Amino acid sequence: MVTADWLDIGPVDQLPALGARTLAVQGGEEIAIFRTANGDIYALRNACPHKKGPLSQGIVHDTSVTCPLHNWRISLVTGEALGGDKGCVPTIPVKVDGGRILIHRGHVLAGVA
Amino acid sequence: MPTKPHLIVIGNGMAGCRAVEEILARDPGRFRITIFGAEPRVNYNRIMLSPLLAGEKSFEDIIINGVEWYADNDITLVSGDPVTQIDRESRTVRTQSGRMESYDTLLIATGSDPFIIPVPGHDLPGVISFRDMDDVSKMLEAANRGGDAVVIGGGLLGLEAAHGLSLRGMKVTVIHLMPTLMERQLDEAAGWLLKDALEKRGQTILTGADTAEIVGNGKVEGVRLKDGREIPASIVVMAVGIRPNTRLAKEAGLAVGRGIHVDDHMVTSDPSILSVGECVEHDGQVYGLVAPLWEMCRSLADGLVAQPKGYFGSVTSTKLKVSGIDVFSAGDFSGGEGCEDIILRDATRGVYKRVIVKDDRLIGAVLYGDTGDGNWYFDLLKKGENIAPIRDALIFGQAFASGGGASANPIDAVAALSDDAEICGCNGVSKGQVMACIAGGAGTLDAVRAGCKASASCGSCTGLVENLLAFAMGDDYAGERDNKPMCKCTSFTHEEVRRLILEQQLKVIPQVMQALSWSTPDGCSSCRPALNYYLLCAWPETHEEDPQSRFVNERMHANIQKDGTYSVVPRMWGGVTTPNELRAIADAADKYNARLVKVTGGQRLDIFGIKKEDLPAIWADLNAAGMVSGHAYGKALRTVKTCVGSEWCRFGTQDSTGLGIKTEQMTWGSWMPHKFKIAVSGCPRNCAEATIKDFGVICVDSGYELMVGGNGGIHLRGTDLLCKVATEAEALEYCAAFIQLYREEARYLDRTAPWIERVGLDYVKQRIVEDTEGRKALRQRFLHAQKFSQKDPWAERAAGAESHLHQHIAEVRPFARVGG
Repeated sequence: MVTADWLDIGPVDQLPALGARTLAVQGGEEIAIFRTANGDIYALRNACPHKKGPLSQGIVHDTSVTCPLHNWRISLVTGEALGGDKGCVPTIPVKVDGGRILIHRGHVLAGVA
Repeated sequence: MPTKPHLIVIGNGMAGCRAVEEILARDPGRFRITIFGAEPRVNYNRIMLSPLLAGEKSFEDIIINGVEWYADNDITLVSGDPVTQIDRESRTVRTQSGRMESYDTLLIATGSDPFIIPVPGHDLPGVISFRDMDDVSKMLEAANRGGDAVVIGGGLLGLEAAHGLSLRGMKVTVIHLMPTLMERQLDEAAGWLLKDALEKRGQTILTGADTAEIVGNGKVEGVRLKDGREIPASIVVMAVGIRPNTRLAKEAGLAVGRGIHVDDHMVTSDPSILSVGECVEHDGQVYGLVAPLWEMCRSLADGLVAQPKGYFGSVTSTKLKVSGIDVFSAGDFSGGEGCEDIILRDATRGVYKRVIVKDDRLIGAVLYGDTGDGNWYFDLLKKGENIAPIRDALIFGQAFASGGGASANPIDAVAALSDDAEICGCNGVSKGQVMACIAGGAGTLDAVRAGCKASASCGSCTGLVENLLAFAMGDDYAGERDNKPMCKCTSFTHEEVRRLILEQQLKVIPQVMQALSWSTPDGCSSCRPALNYYLLCAWPETHEEDPQSRFVNERMHANIQKDGTYSVVPRMWGGVTTPNELRAIADAADKYNARLVKVTGGQRLDIFGIKKEDLPAIWADLNAAGMVSGHAYGKALRTVKTCVGSEWCRFGTQDSTGLGIKTEQMTWGSWMPHKFKIAVSGCPRNCAEATIKDFGVICVDSGYELMVGGNGGIHLRGTDLLCKVATEAEALEYCAAFIQLYREEARYLDRTAPWIERVGLDYVKQRIVEDTEGRKALRQRFLHAQKFSQKDPWAERAAGAESHLHQHIAEVRPFARVGG
């Protein structure tokens, strides 16, 4: 179901469990789409709040991802840094409908000129 | 105010001070206390002299009670001035210096003296016993000079002395009168295993050897045996046994047999004189181990200041404090009518377990190689429990016997122990006491050690104490020791996980997590890459990669840079390249807009600034010019650095470049616990810097010096010489064997340097140099594994494998429909 608010970015099975893919945004910031072990899908801006490491390349475990650059652990649910670190990355609303991933257009395009 | 009765303690050792502690714990105000000690120091843990000698502990570590303990408890300590006489008539003691003190109650805790066999030469300088700090000081002095040491006596104490001296660099020979080592604690089979293990560590063990004479002119020079053999030695440690020190008691007219006679409350034949420890004889028994002493001290204090409960003798168990060799024995294993043996042998792991059962009761246990269940067996033995219901699984240990084989969880195992099960044998601490200490607020290992002394001595029960902490505190306990759990997802150590992967034939990560009761659903970024490595190392033929458990660099086969782009390093065998390769690299750098091309420290070229989308294409281009992945991104074989060697260099002694290329061709593609670097230098000028590599070769005229365990990095470490070999083929064989040993036994993310520091160079030499069969087998396993790992990952990716890793799932353009 594609509406003005939700963009269909492809089938869920294009994402490996415990893996991530990137969503390029022309003129905007790249987004990382994650899939957890039990199939839930999350989306974050693909930039660690620490030094902008590509979170899509981190190791996904439970509902968090560990940044590949300096091992910050970021919650997929809230975007907040976990453990002793402080920082937050924007989350992008995302849902699954009929095996396809839908992402919120307004959030994706936030900041695009 | 009436003055308090005066308690005088003769002996500032483990028994004397423990007795005082037990009395103070029951009634701190009962006595005015004076302790006399022959040694000029505070109370220390004598059984910890072995780790002190071995360099694993310092004197400060083994102090039981420091000066503040004496001060805090108003105890007068008279050290270095031994009591020489007891006058029972006037109730006084007199010291060497002539000091007189009168007592109301006297406690004799004079312990035991080492037994010196009166062979000719036994009084030569350089003949020492192993009993106190002074003996250890003398041994350390001798060890500093190096050379040969002979230890007479292959019992517990002798073997610990031999181990310490051996670690200190001396060449040690153990002379033992009986046919097998530790024959009072171990049966023949375990004795042989022990002998074999010690010999592999470089000690010479002579059993059935009878000392005739200690030879030397003015000082020790050697030992001559009755069969005529002579063994050179600059020191001789006499560790053949101990005798209760009963001289004072005997001279005072107390009843003395082999030891000072005491009743069930540790009272001697004079009601105002008590005695505890190794100097006493109770019910015909004399003890030379530490555990009975704790029980005696409890009975003494109960009898003196509280409810008399009585001492009824001790069942003892033994552990050998030689790091890396686990030996445990308890009870009776001599066999006899009605005794049945249950035996388990696992030759590969070097495990031997034997339990002895009589009338459905466990009466003895001998464990070699895996002593984890020692305390459990000892508990069963002391309680005399009927073992018939668990007999079938008894030999497999507590986890199997009580959990039906399903649970190997160590926390469950300690949970199942009874409250009076002994946890710390060195300090006589039960599970109940440890739990009380934790409940009282001790939340760390150190706090438990300070609070109840469990695990504060030899440390062999540290794992049990940590499991008790974890059991009592649940998730609040994080673990802390060196040998700590892999990560917070599990209570198992790296070593335990690797062992269980093999034993239980675990093949994939979820299976490991299930079988070993991982506490998180899918692990964490620490344990997943480690498990992936352990599995691929254990099962090279069938392992299926889990890209989601690889760090980004290994998943992408390139090095991520801080801006999210990647760098690409093609392999240059031995640091040698060609004009064609250089042209291909130059073209690729242009084509993919590389922002930097840099020569690396490993003699190759690094192309920077490549986007993840372009990686498969640049790899295809490099493949087309004959180049493959350089694994510059992996916990893997990186490069083999070389100098030009005898082909060009006027100083070169061998073809170092050629050997380097052969080495790289043999080793490329292999995954390791951490990155692994090799270098080959053509002469001792060492232009290839082989002495800071994980494996280095220095060519010399007569062959190849093989160096191991070096690295640059934060903690610079130069290599150790493994050995010298004569041919290239041997150099390659040793290299493969060394790598495989490291792959199989190091912890994930350990470079070779910390691994060797931990296991010891001697161990590596023993496995690689001395054990020829073992070396060949290691090499064979490495080459076998290589059959499955020498596939160029770049070619696979260039051909389309894992293409999703390099592509966006979709692209969003403002105001346009996407996807679908």
